Amino acid sequence: MLGNGKRDAASAGSRAVQVAFLVGLLLLWYVATNYWGVSHLLLPEPVQVFWQFVDIIKTGEYIDDLKVTLGELATAFAVSCTTGVTLGYLISRSQYLIRVFEPLFAGIYAIPIILFLPLYVLMFGLGPMSKVALGTTISFFPIVLSTIAGFGYVERTYIVSARSMGASEYQLFRYVLLPAALPVILTGMRMGFTVALLSIIGSETIASLAGLGHRIVHLAEGMDMARMFAYIAFVVAIAAILNTVVSSLEAGGRRR
Amino acid sequence: MTGEVAIRVRDVSHHFGEEDDARHVRALLDTSIDVARGELLCLIGPSGCGKSTLLNVVGGLLEPTTGTVEVAGKPVRGPMPADIAYVFQENALFPWNTVFENVMLGMLFQGVPKAERDDRARRSLEAVGLAEFSDHYPAQLSGGMRQRAALARALSLETGILLMDEPFGALDEQTRMILGEDLSVLLSRTDKAIVFVTHSLGEAVFLADRVAVFSARPGTIKQVISVDEPHPRNPEFVTSAKFTALRNQLYSLLHDEIRKAMSESAMRGGAGHRGSVAGDSA
Repeated sequence: MLGNGKRDAASAGSRAVQVAFLVGLLLLWYVATNYWGVSHLLLPEPVQVFWQFVDIIKTGEYIDDLKVTLGELATAFAVSCTTGVTLGYLISRSQYLIRVFEPLFAGIYAIPIILFLPLYVLMFGLGPMSKVALGTTISFFPIVLSTIAGFGYVERTYIVSARSMGASEYQLFRYVLLPAALPVILTGMRMGFTVALLSIIGSETIASLAGLGHRIVHLAEGMDMARMFAYIAFVVAIAAILNTVVSSLEAGGRRR
Repeated sequence: MTGEVAIRVRDVSHHFGEEDDARHVRALLDTSIDVARGELLCLIGPSGCGKSTLLNVVGGLLEPTTGTVEVAGKPVRGPMPADIAYVFQENALFPWNTVFENVMLGMLFQGVPKAERDDRARRSLEAVGLAEFSDHYPAQLSGGMRQRAALARALSLETGILLMDEPFGALDEQTRMILGEDLSVLLSRTDKAIVFVTHSLGEAVFLADRVAVFSARPGTIKQVISVDEPHPRNPEFVTSAKFTALRNQLYSLLHDEIRKAMSESAMRGGAGHRGSVAGDSA
C-alpha cells in the first residue's frame, strides 16, 4: 500500500540476485561434469538433462504419472479440507471442546505421521489409496487446528456488537465469524497443501505402483541418471506452480 | 430536559457466579433509576462498582438476577436492536470492512430496508465528520476516528436509546475533549436517551444532564447530581465556576468510594487492585 515503488525496486534487486545464484549453480554443475571429471553416474551432464526434459515434455510420457500424483493430491486435499474445516468449526463452538481437542491435535501434528505409511500400505495396498490416506492424515492437522483457531478466538466485542445490532445466527456467521476466521483458515489450508504434496511424492518414492515419485525411483534403479534428473526438475516445476497458485489464492482470499 | 421516560430501571441486582462459589460477585444491588428522552445520564464510580453491568443489563446483554428494566415501555429480555444502539470502548468495528460497510452492516443486522441504508449511512458519517473516510478501513484511522465511525454506525440505527460504554476511554486527553465537544453538539440535535459510562469526572460534567455516582461493591447508585446547562455546551463551560464546583462535588463523592473499594479489595486477600480491575471488565 505504502511506498509501492520503493518496495518493487527492492524486490526486483533481490530477484536479480536470486536468478544470478541459480545461473551460477547451473554453471558450476556444467563445469563440474564437463571439466572436473565428476562421474556422470553420480551427476549427469546438464545439457543432457535438458534434452531429456524436452523429450519428456514432447512425448507426453509424464502424463500418466502426473495424473496419478495430482489425483492423489486432489483427493487427499479435498478430504482433509472438508473434514478439517467441518470438525474445526464444530469444535470451535464450545470452549470445552477447544480445551480437549486443540492440545490433542497439536500433539498428534507434532509426531512424524509418515511413520504410518507402512501401515497404510498394508491396509490400502501399494496403489493410490495408501498415498491418499497419508496425504489426508498429514494435511488434516494444520487445517483443523487453524480452523479451531480462526473460529474459536474471534474478538468478543465483534460478536457482542453484532448481536446488539440484531444480527441473526446466519448473519453472525456470514458477516462476522467467517471473515474473522478466513485468513487463519486459508493459511492452514496452504500449509496443509504443502505437506500433502511433500508426503504424497515422498511416499510414492517409498512404496508405490505409479506416480511421479515412483517414476524417479524407477529411473534411479535403472541408472538412467539424466532422465531421472529431468524428472526431478519436472516435479520441482510442478510443485512451484502449484504452490504459487495456492499462495495467490490464499492472498486473494485474505483481501476479502 | 424532562420528557417521557425512555428507560425505567427498577430494583435491579446482578450477581456473577453461583451463591456459594468463591468467585461469586454481587456486581449490582437494588438499583433504580429513570432516564428521560433527550437526557444524557453519566454513570461514574470506582472500578468494579457495577456501572458497566448496569449498562449491559439495560442493553439486554446481561439478564439481571432480580429486578426489571423497561425500555420504551417494553420489558428488556435480550438485545433490542430497534430501540437500543451501543457504542463500545474499542474493537467494535469489523476490521475487514470499510467504515461505510461497517455502517451499512449495522443497518442490515437491524433490518433497515435496503433502499434507505445508503442514504442513512452517508448522513450519519457526515454528522460525525467522517464523510471523506467512508472507504477507509478501521486500521487506517486513528483511535478517535474509529470511535467516530462507531458512533456513526450507532446513529444510523436511529434508535431512541444510545448506550455508550466508556467510548472515549482508550483515547488521549485532547482527542477525548474534542470528541466530547462534538458529541455535545450532536446531542443537542437529537432527543435520544443516552447512558454514558465514564471514568473521567470532567467528561461526566461536560456531557451529562445528570450524573449517577456509584458506591463501591456491591454497587448501587449513591447519589444523582444534576448538571443544569443546555446543550450544545461550548468549551468555555469547562472553565466556568459552575463546572468546577460540580467537578469538585463529584470528586469528593467519588474519592470516598474509591478509597472504600480499594481497602475492601485489599482485605479480600491481597488480590487488591487487580481484583477490582477484573471486576470492572465484568
